[in-house]
Amino acid sequence: MRLTTAGVPIGLTSPIVGRITRHSLPTEQRGERICVVTDTSSSESLEGYRAVLTPLKPGESVLAASPVPIIHSLREHDHLRDDDIVAMQPTSGFVRTVYRPDSAHNSLFVTERCSSNCLMCSQPPKDKEDTDHFLGINLEIVRMIAPGPAYLGITGGEPTLLGGKLLTILDHLKRDCPSTHVHLLTNGRLFAWPSFTERFCAVQHPHLTLGIPLYADDPIIHDYVVQAKDAFDQTVLGLHQLARWGQAIEIRVVLHKISVPRLPQLAEYLYRNFPFVTHVALMGLEPTGYTPRNREKLWIDPTEYQEELEQAVEILSVRGMNVSLYNLQLCLLRPSLWKYARKSISDWKNVFFSACQTCGVLEQCGGLFQSAERLHSPHIKALPPSALIA
Amino acid sequence: MHSLSPRKNSSGNAMRQFYTIDTYHSGKTGYSLLPFRFLRLDQDRELLVTDVGEYAIVPTGTTDQLVHNRLDAGSTLYKTLKGKQLLYDHDSAALLDVLATKYRTKKSFLNGFAKLHIFVVTLRCDHSCHYCQVSRQTTDRTLYDMSPEVAERSLQLMMRVPAKDLTLEFQGGEPLLAFETIKYTVARAKELAATHDKNLQIVICTNLAYATDEVLAYCRDEQIKLSTSLDGPAFLHNANRPRPGNNSYELTIDGINRARKVIGTQNVAAVMTTTRRSLDYPIEIIDEYRKQDFHSIFLRPISPYGFAVKSKHRTGYEMARFLDFYKKGLAYILELNRQGANLQEVYAKIILTKILTPYPTGYVDLQSPTGSGTGVLVYNYNGALYASDESRMLAEMNDESFCLGNVMTDDYRAILTGGPMQRLLAASCNEALPGCADCALQPYCGADPVFHHATQGDLFGHRPTSGFCFKNMEVITHLFQLIAKNDRELLRIFFSWIRDQGHKDMREEVPACA
Repeated sequence: MRLTTAGVPIGLTSPIVGRITRHSLPTEQRGERICVVTDTSSSESLEGYRAVLTPLKPGESVLAASPVPIIHSLREHDHLRDDDIVAMQPTSGFVRTVYRPDSAHNSLFVTERCSSNCLMCSQPPKDKEDTDHFLGINLEIVRMIAPGPAYLGITGGEPTLLGGKLLTILDHLKRDCPSTHVHLLTNGRLFAWPSFTERFCAVQHPHLTLGIPLYADDPIIHDYVVQAKDAFDQTVLGLHQLARWGQAIEIRVVLHKISVPRLPQLAEYLYRNFPFVTHVALMGLEPTGYTPRNREKLWIDPTEYQEELEQAVEILSVRGMNVSLYNLQLCLLRPSLWKYARKSISDWKNVFFSACQTCGVLEQCGGLFQSAERLHSPHIKALPPSALIA
Repeated sequence: MHSLSPRKNSSGNAMRQFYTIDTYHSGKTGYSLLPFRFLRLDQDRELLVTDVGEYAIVPTGTTDQLVHNRLDAGSTLYKTLKGKQLLYDHDSAALLDVLATKYRTKKSFLNGFAKLHIFVVTLRCDHSCHYCQVSRQTTDRTLYDMSPEVAERSLQLMMRVPAKDLTLEFQGGEPLLAFETIKYTVARAKELAATHDKNLQIVICTNLAYATDEVLAYCRDEQIKLSTSLDGPAFLHNANRPRPGNNSYELTIDGINRARKVIGTQNVAAVMTTTRRSLDYPIEIIDEYRKQDFHSIFLRPISPYGFAVKSKHRTGYEMARFLDFYKKGLAYILELNRQGANLQEVYAKIILTKILTPYPTGYVDLQSPTGSGTGVLVYNYNGALYASDESRMLAEMNDESFCLGNVMTDDYRAILTGGPMQRLLAASCNEALPGCADCALQPYCGADPVFHHATQGDLFGHRPTSGFCFKNMEVITHLFQLIAKNDRELLRIFFSWIRDQGHKDMREEVPACA
């Protein structure tokens, strides 16, 4: 699913955030709308819209004298649906869909900066000061989506690098979207500092879960995976600081050649050291971002780690820890693990292969990442319906 | 710790550099030990245990390598021992804060001080059990019943305890012979609990012979749980628990069934006392518990106090025979579980919780510091306050060593900081007891100065001849041998027992850290 496009900006001095409308609205309803104009014959004034997006050239029709900022010559526009929220960039003419009301997987993207540089990062970081830029966009999104969806993610980059600005976002969410469950993805390292954790938890967001990765019970392995010295110590201490304040935490473990060998030991370690976490997600590799580049270091066919995976799930589940498997297809999992598999892949990047179309358990399966088209197990196959019984 | 600021050596969209795993090693060799203890589990295996109860079952010889700094830092075993915090090295911090939190969690049973408050409302009883230490056969209500004044002063003292969740347990004698005293005390306890912001759980320990419909309706209305004695099938139970008519078993079973109907099955518990006679019948006893549809059984040895000591030749028995009985019983219970039965052995469950989880248990008879006086207080009918049930049984044998004071004459501070309490506490930590201090099983075991005073005339005790030590070493080692089998189904059974006990949320304990 397409979420980005670009064109030529005119009259934008700063990013503009607004809701898409594909048809003309009465003037009084135009305030926060971005109108998509595709009809050359339209002669209606564009007065009152926040901005205009169009695949047309500015010379054509009413666009010639647009009274509002405009990005024209848009490469694609079919993906822009009514009520989607988009962010328009002044210099680049970049248009990113930042919120889709129909989706259950919306996230606020708060920065591209990161303090780690994980070998399998799906969203490789950039060292560019962008926090103010994204803060403005995100606060506007929060304002516009009030009273908010059931679920909203916060992701990056590393959101805690926003410092006080992250607290501002959480504060606005608490105020404007009070019943929205917020899921914040963070490497957890900054929480090792008690003063930051105290400030963070003082926001007292009522429905906030932190998703924090830990890749091994061995500091060296974890530090290597996240490419940051002392990251293990910081994350471990951070988890305990967060627990002091009763913060809900999910542990996320990406499964690859480096994390798999000690997966059972990691499961026991998680129980002994962080029994307070509300959920442990064991996650299949997403073959995008850095992953293809580090393929030799990371790739292991999921069918080759079923023993470690089953042991880890057993260790966690008998101890009463909630455990889920993300991003793993049923045809690769031992049947004993099926009940832990979740449909975890966000709708906009979730696909099934043509081989899947005849699968008897397609309905139960979470499918694949779109990026799996370039890297996936050769064991992906259609299962007979009878597999359900197993 | 390193700075958290992003790397400065790259910018913008440039793909960053990746570093090899060696980059994250310090380059320094050698490691340091964190506190742990060890024992030889059998010919092939050693057991290593940390202060917080994390353990590793390792091949023989590992301890020697470990302490002489000869462990291969690249080995899987090394990483495992590091993950369990038996050692640390230059590659990462020792994470002592994490260890401290785990230690605090293991000792969190101490939070709030004594939570179990036993009120001995009367010594009168209709039974004359061989193993009972305290009962009196009399109809005179004035001699051995708790007066309203004593009950009032006892409750006032109980409410001074900082814990928010308190258990008020009525014992005797047969407490239902003093039903009016119970009613008065419960009503007053609830008033005081409301003003002191306490949550109260109330239990009556009774033989059920006097559990009339009126009594049961009262328990239902007041949300009082009942705990009764069931020693096994009729021939054994009636032999252990004589009463006029020799019908204790029949009265107990009838009482259990009536009580379950009125107050709910989950609110009626049974405890079993093992006598020398019982030792030949572990299977029959367990089958009796199944027949009565109980889902837990506590295979416990009799205490060496009171009549049990005096009538040593009738009901006394050797610990070795008890252990044989225990292992047979446990094996049978495990086999039943494999066949799908839902039946727990409580002593194993308590010890397994200590071994397999980060949590403590609330069981007062196997704690360090000892639960006597710190986990439980016993309020005798006459106002005397004891450190444990065993302490007041000693008193019935004219040994007042563990009488902490009297609620009618002494105040909270005087009682809980007085000489008897101080003598008791001085011997209360197995971390510092000779024989225990170096024992690998110490984090799972407890200190029992009252037992050692009673059996060896010394609060600190002599471990090589201690029945307490022998029993717990044997039981805990036996459980480790079961754990070491790495039998997935067995571990599932163990955790199903543990989790039913109520998984305490560690999060509640963590805020205590500074």
